[in-house]
Amino acid sequence: MRYPFPVGKADFIPGDEAIARAAILAGCRFYAGYPITPASEIFEAMALYMPLVDGVSIQMEDELGSIAAIIGASWAGAKAMTATSGPGFSLMQENLGYAVMTETPIVVVNMMRGGPSTGQPTFPSQGDIMQAIWGTHGDHMLIVLSPSTVQEAFDLTIRAFNLAEKYRTPVVLLGDAELAHMRERVYIPTPDEIEVINRKLPANEEEARLPFGDPHGDGVPPMPIFGKGYRTYVTGLTHDENGHPRTVEPEVQERLIGRIYRKILDHKDDIISYEKFGLDDADVAIVSTGIVSRSAIRAVKMLRERGVKAGLLKLHTVWPFDFDMIEELAEGVKKILVPEMNMGQLYHLVKEGANGKAEVELIPKVGGEVHTPMEIAEKVVG
Amino acid sequence: MYLKDAYDVRDKYLRKEMLPTIFCPGCGIGSALQFTLRAIDDLGYSQDEIVWVSGIGCSSRVPGYVNFDGLHTTHGRALAFATGIKLANPDLKIIAFMGDGDTSAIGGNHFIHAIRRNLDVTVILINNFTYGMTGGQVAPTTLKGLKGTTAPYGQFENPFDIAGLAVSAGANYVARWSVFNYLQGINSIKKALQKEGFSLVEFLSPCPVSFGRRNRMKTAPELLRWYQKITVPLNKAKKMSPEELEGKVVIGEFADRDRPGLVRSYMEYRERAKKMMGWEE
Repeated sequence: MRYPFPVGKADFIPGDEAIARAAILAGCRFYAGYPITPASEIFEAMALYMPLVDGVSIQMEDELGSIAAIIGASWAGAKAMTATSGPGFSLMQENLGYAVMTETPIVVVNMMRGGPSTGQPTFPSQGDIMQAIWGTHGDHMLIVLSPSTVQEAFDLTIRAFNLAEKYRTPVVLLGDAELAHMRERVYIPTPDEIEVINRKLPANEEEARLPFGDPHGDGVPPMPIFGKGYRTYVTGLTHDENGHPRTVEPEVQERLIGRIYRKILDHKDDIISYEKFGLDDADVAIVSTGIVSRSAIRAVKMLRERGVKAGLLKLHTVWPFDFDMIEELAEGVKKILVPEMNMGQLYHLVKEGANGKAEVELIPKVGGEVHTPMEIAEKVVG
Repeated sequence: MYLKDAYDVRDKYLRKEMLPTIFCPGCGIGSALQFTLRAIDDLGYSQDEIVWVSGIGCSSRVPGYVNFDGLHTTHGRALAFATGIKLANPDLKIIAFMGDGDTSAIGGNHFIHAIRRNLDVTVILINNFTYGMTGGQVAPTTLKGLKGTTAPYGQFENPFDIAGLAVSAGANYVARWSVFNYLQGINSIKKALQKEGFSLVEFLSPCPVSFGRRNRMKTAPELLRWYQKITVPLNKAKKMSPEELEGKVVIGEFADRDRPGLVRSYMEYRERAKKMMGWEE
């Protein structure tokens, strides 16, 4: 297969470009979007590359249509992605819930800007963490990933596709305006250097008749894609294992929602990824995700130089959240600090996880600038 | 025209385990569904090459009753989902079974843009002038003066002419009938299914329970007589003045043209891209 960009070597590219290239290498062949700063460059890259790799890139009438189109494409067998920013992400929430309910693998990228409303289109924020996790209505479970470097944006995009396919679920990739536009050195691997996971297809007629069942006991039903003769009915209504609407029986809803939760939560260890810096002997822990982690790493180095035992937990997966790990962390330190570019969203999760075992303090920042390492370090030494 | 026994059509195409349907007595959706299935049967399409999509509302439950691949989506968005299905697998033929709210209210934007792109899809539109499933609220198609639960004193807004909208937006095939024009209806669906690009067959469809009851037409026969009164065939309408056409609904075939469909346009675009990048001669 020929690729429209160099593979097997490093390149100096912005985060948006890295996400587009990663998607193509992960097997994405359908992109639908609506332009919005700071995610437009993902679309522009996809528009350039997709026709060359026999894929589709289409500009829809709005974000509601974009996510609808990628869900349709996924049921037709394609790996599909859309990218947007806060206001567009809000518009996608209805169909994000539909993708959860119908267990459709899709990847939705949200390059966060400052908000609410139109806010600061060209400035970064982390204001959509809660929206990504709980934005759509009803009880639901999905996966949210959050990169902090352009290389991570590349790697986590591939991971987003793999997790979406493996668990038949929408995956949200949370970047931000800073990451979207900054250029960094990224290694673009050759296809055989990447692990690519494809969705389970029904092995036989019997499995195909249970598109929302659990024939393998892992909570993830094989996906009978359209046009293969299985005649699958897919609905956002509460449905039984066959896909038939059963909206007035409490136990059917309980079973369906229960499995959608379970298939993610039972595989938490596989899904959750993070990095630890200097936490082994730390008195003070910093927990962060995304772009802020870069300042946090520098802050930890500065503090260590000054003899302060500080460490960092850098989360690559924002949801599902490992509350137990945070509690364990809290047991070993006096204090946890949560620097984030909002008025406190990750903070709530960390505080719940710490469960009173350590003091948890928020270092909020809004306005469109990333915390400086000094700002974080100063808070740590108090 | 030879018509197959209705039971044969039912046995061949419906999912028996899903019956009975949710449709009320006197509802016209079953008729439009039957016309669609007869058209598919006459044309000899395989059940495995057609995907049904729908939004929300009474008519959107249809894909659940037919034994085909089907996607019952969110309100108004059926055609956006269809865009993804069709472009990801152009071998699939798509039937969108939609209501008037789905098409012209919440889905109005998707509707005009799907037509502008000339998305390869056949829309079977159930127009019953009301929001049936939610209990008889007025729709963008409700004629002036008619009552709904959200306009208890009679609709004060102007209605959409959905077929007219589709013609101006550029659809390749557009026709409108009442469900009582069954031969014209079946023939139109057959034409529509064979069209490249966007095709629309709109049916005025009785809803005695939610709509008729509030407008002194409690039964389907009463609605039938009302349709006879308000519908005007296209040829006759051409000779009528705008004043005479006030409050009437024109029926007939409004567009039949052959602009390139979205799939063909995209495939050409893909080839152009490869040539421009020097990937292909």
